[in-house]
Amino acid sequence: MMIKQFLIWIPLLPLIASAIVGLFGSRLPRSAAHWLTILGVAGAFILSAFVFKATLAGFIHNANLYTWLVSGDIRFSVGFLIDNLTAMMMVVVTFVSLMVHIYTIGYMHEDSGYSRFFSYISLFTFAMLMLVMSNNFMQLFFGWEAVGLVSYLLIGFWYTRPTAIYANLKAFLVNRVGDFGFLLGIGLVLAYTGSLDYAEVFKAAPTLSETTISLFANTPWSLMTVSCILLFVGAMGKSAQVPLHVWLPDSMEGPTPISALIHAATMVTAGIFMVARMSPLFEMSTTALSFVMTIGAITALFMGLLGVIQNDIKRVVAYSTLSQLGYMTVALGASAYSVAIFHLMTHAFFKALLFLGAGSVIMGMHHDQDIRNMGNLKQYFPVTWITSLIGSLALIGTPFFAGFYSKDSIIEVVKFSHIPGSGFAYFAVIAGVFITAFYSFRLYFMVFHGAEKWREVRPHAHDDHLHHGLKPDQDPHEPGWVVKLPLILLAIPSLLIGYIAIQPMLFGDFFRGVIVINAELHPAMEHLAHHFHDVLHTPSGMAIHGLLTLPFALAILGVATAWLFYMKRPDIPAVIQQRLSLLNRVLENKYGFDHFNEVFFAGGSRFIGNKLWQIVDLQLIDGAIVNGTAKLIGKLSSVVRQLQSGMIYHYAFAMIIGAFLLLTFFTKIFN
Amino acid sequence: MLTNHILSLSIWVPILAGVIVLALGNDHRVALTRWLAAFGAIAGLLVTVPLYTQFNFAEAGFQFQEAAYWIPAFQIFYHLGADGISVPLILLTSFTTLICIIASWQVITKNIAQYMACFLMMSGLMIGVFSALDSILYYVFWEAMLIPMFLVIGIWGGPNRVYATVKFFLYTLLGSLLMLVAFIYLFHLTGSFNIAKYHNVVLPFNVQLCIFMAFFMAFAVKIPMWPVHTWLPDAHVEAPTAGSIVLAAVMLKLGGYSFLRFAMPIAPDATHYLAGFMIALSLIAILYIALVALVQKDMKKLIAYSSISHMGFVTLGFFLFSQLGLEGAIVQMISHGFISAAMFLCVGVLYDRMHSRQIADYGGVANTMPVFSAFVVLFAMANSGLPGTSGFVGEFMVILAAVKYDFWVAFIAATTLIFGASYTLWMVKRVYYGSVANDKVAALKDLSRREFVLLAVLAAFTIGIGVYPQVITQMTQATSARFLNHMSISKLPAAGI
Repeated sequence: MMIKQFLIWIPLLPLIASAIVGLFGSRLPRSAAHWLTILGVAGAFILSAFVFKATLAGFIHNANLYTWLVSGDIRFSVGFLIDNLTAMMMVVVTFVSLMVHIYTIGYMHEDSGYSRFFSYISLFTFAMLMLVMSNNFMQLFFGWEAVGLVSYLLIGFWYTRPTAIYANLKAFLVNRVGDFGFLLGIGLVLAYTGSLDYAEVFKAAPTLSETTISLFANTPWSLMTVSCILLFVGAMGKSAQVPLHVWLPDSMEGPTPISALIHAATMVTAGIFMVARMSPLFEMSTTALSFVMTIGAITALFMGLLGVIQNDIKRVVAYSTLSQLGYMTVALGASAYSVAIFHLMTHAFFKALLFLGAGSVIMGMHHDQDIRNMGNLKQYFPVTWITSLIGSLALIGTPFFAGFYSKDSIIEVVKFSHIPGSGFAYFAVIAGVFITAFYSFRLYFMVFHGAEKWREVRPHAHDDHLHHGLKPDQDPHEPGWVVKLPLILLAIPSLLIGYIAIQPMLFGDFFRGVIVINAELHPAMEHLAHHFHDVLHTPSGMAIHGLLTLPFALAILGVATAWLFYMKRPDIPAVIQQRLSLLNRVLENKYGFDHFNEVFFAGGSRFIGNKLWQIVDLQLIDGAIVNGTAKLIGKLSSVVRQLQSGMIYHYAFAMIIGAFLLLTFFTKIFN
Repeated sequence: MLTNHILSLSIWVPILAGVIVLALGNDHRVALTRWLAAFGAIAGLLVTVPLYTQFNFAEAGFQFQEAAYWIPAFQIFYHLGADGISVPLILLTSFTTLICIIASWQVITKNIAQYMACFLMMSGLMIGVFSALDSILYYVFWEAMLIPMFLVIGIWGGPNRVYATVKFFLYTLLGSLLMLVAFIYLFHLTGSFNIAKYHNVVLPFNVQLCIFMAFFMAFAVKIPMWPVHTWLPDAHVEAPTAGSIVLAAVMLKLGGYSFLRFAMPIAPDATHYLAGFMIALSLIAILYIALVALVQKDMKKLIAYSSISHMGFVTLGFFLFSQLGLEGAIVQMISHGFISAAMFLCVGVLYDRMHSRQIADYGGVANTMPVFSAFVVLFAMANSGLPGTSGFVGEFMVILAAVKYDFWVAFIAATTLIFGASYTLWMVKRVYYGSVANDKVAALKDLSRREFVLLAVLAAFTIGIGVYPQVITQMTQATSARFLNHMSISKLPAAGI
């Protein structure tokens, strides 16, 4: 079949483009850098669309490309597994990537690293495609780490900024902590199933449901629980779940297009994708699912709260991303893998849109990112304004918008879930609705409405050498069509995709055979389907019903509060900040995670390293043993050396004594 | 006729080339000397290529064997042969030698002929170690190769070179003397110095323990394992760039190789008995040394400690007794050869320009040397074990094998994912990223064509093995399967079983 032949080209096209631009970029004209990579990604997108069409018609492909390594009876391969889940991810990844490529022409227009940037984002597209198209854990891990590499390179893209190179190191290392768990999880999978191939692992898994391993003393642990939690630790790193979330806000040091592509739409959702892919394993351990749900709920609630106090436009959106990733994780914990993936998809569109919108504003504001200096931008940024409004409405779950369908399904399915932790999770996702609406529209009102705050002359605002900002007498200008077109193209799915996709994805056959749910143990998804078929009937029915439910009321309340605080009575927030200064300090310090990591982990490692080096290596081994031996020999010989006096009568005396002793000795023996 | 003597040629062509360089070259004829050395190294590399092309992958035993009487009175033979474990290491040796010669092209200006000759001769002697099948022949090569290394550090080294060389020499000599005792003891038992015979000699458990410990002293120093590792950072810091390259890329592997050739197969029961101890030492190397590497202020010292930490995976892989672990260890040896060579070369590139290895003297090198910095980031990633580079393959295999052996062993080993990345990338951050730190950095010139080619070749190998590691495991598969089979059979006297 045709499709099988061109599958390989889907990841390969972006890779080739990236390699050409990366290696020869400095010798090519600038336009070549973006045309080559855009062609590569566009090709990948079109091919992905064909593949998606084929998988919708029932095409499934699972085959190895080549054998990476054989060791004993273990075979590691590189290969593709193409089903609906993969194909959908491929389309989302390549589409958002294509939008970001086009957008970058405008955003990075003046940057000296123009071709380097295009090379990186194409490389990222390759790595992400390898990740989602993999048919085995080894390749998954390859893609997993490769996207981490590109993320590292892109966060530190402006490598002269101290904050950027701090952030990229932090991102890589925190991700490595997740990968540490992930690798051990993969190791357990291999040790007990003898394979890393998805199909074989999933086939062997049911026989291992009763298997236990003893980790501490002789307490038996369920193998599946341990493996799944370890795998999920990997997801916690990549998808920025508490406590491994600390890298994502700092990653905003990278250029905005990659914040949209990598740190919102695609890479950070790799963890969600991975868990959904592993559903046959996770379904075997309710304990692991509870763990997943609790972590997700904590992230959804507490990271959303941090979004409320941010003043950097990108950081607000970043905390919102963290919170939404928490929602997806909660859905995974409720065994609603399809809902998580559905939210992943809608979120990819509207969050990429919000980020690119923020980038458009940042460009227009001459790289001032502080929302306190903005206001009334709807006048100057009509396209950005409308599309950002669409994105925000989708984010807060307004009925009929894409985000509504996915988020409401998460809230509903958590309500139906009864595994330990679901009560807290339900509270978290409900409270999260209010918080999301509040910070989203706080941002929206402060940026697009109200007074034009950059017009106020502030003595210190322009001292910061990184953020130039507008002068009080300047008008901001909306960037050109390379920026506006992606916004519009992303706004369309942000509006419509939920309405279109909910029925097939959640309640149809879309994920049949891909996602496995143990309905006896985890019936939440089944309840959700019943609820939909019996009460809501259609997507429109769901939206109309949604108008009357608690989440929507909370969203309205959130928007209203934001309007009150930032439009009607702008003095209220300051008063609240004063009254709740303790809470405010906790939030300002981001619950102290950064400080703790800095002191305990980074400082602790350096402290231990220093002590081991100075005391054990230098003083004990080198000082006492190695050089000590040398000194001892030196000392001994300086004593022995005294005997070598050079006086002939000393030697003669020693000889006589020696001869005498020998004779005595021998006479004793032979007598 | 020549095809029967590939191993002899591999040993003697570079040594002969070294002699020619010594005879014809001197500091007045710089170009001639360099080109002679380069041709010698190329010839040395070319003669080893048939080892790969004519190697029978399915055959587990020794191939390309040659044997002749050397000292008949003691049954000492000139006996050579290579199996799936030694062939990749021999290829690595001859390749590294060429890298070393080119790396020293303009850097060394005094006593060039002697310097180049040292490397060529060292190459032949090290290949001799990898291919000797007679223990006395092996011992002679083993000791002889120390001499050129001693000279390289002692003559062309840094300010503290005397301390470093003496430390290096005494450490390694101390270990090897015990090995000689073991050889003589085995000669008394078997009446032969043939290594293959040693593999099949029946030994009581206590004797096995003694023999294993005697070999352990020799090889642990070489690898080096904790706690006999402290010579390596000093030797690296004082050695010239090419000296560091050959030390890290090849010389450390002699220790690893020798465990597989002597200590383990001769004393399998003792090996199993001591496996826990060896694994503990390996884990200390992986975790402890990584933490020590984190706080180094000198780039070379940092990479030296990183080498020790990575070699921990080699010894860990050996003592897991699984094919995945063993082959992982061998892949790790080869991969580390390329990556450590590249890392030391990168420090050399900077040192040649700024005459400092202190991290604190640098900052923002990426601004003035963008191409170089791209290479550095690639090798740093390889050093951190990023998939797609060779650095990943060995560690991945060993960690996976370790999970099966014991979860907590794997747990400690896998910390390398965090700490390996920490020390490597933190150094990259401080040296290469940031704004230009001082005028010296501002005046830096990017790579010369010679440096570019060197790094590009190493990069190609690093990525090539990362993407298609089977190129190594094809060679090691049959041999390692046979090795593990051998290890599973007890060699205790019949009554003891």
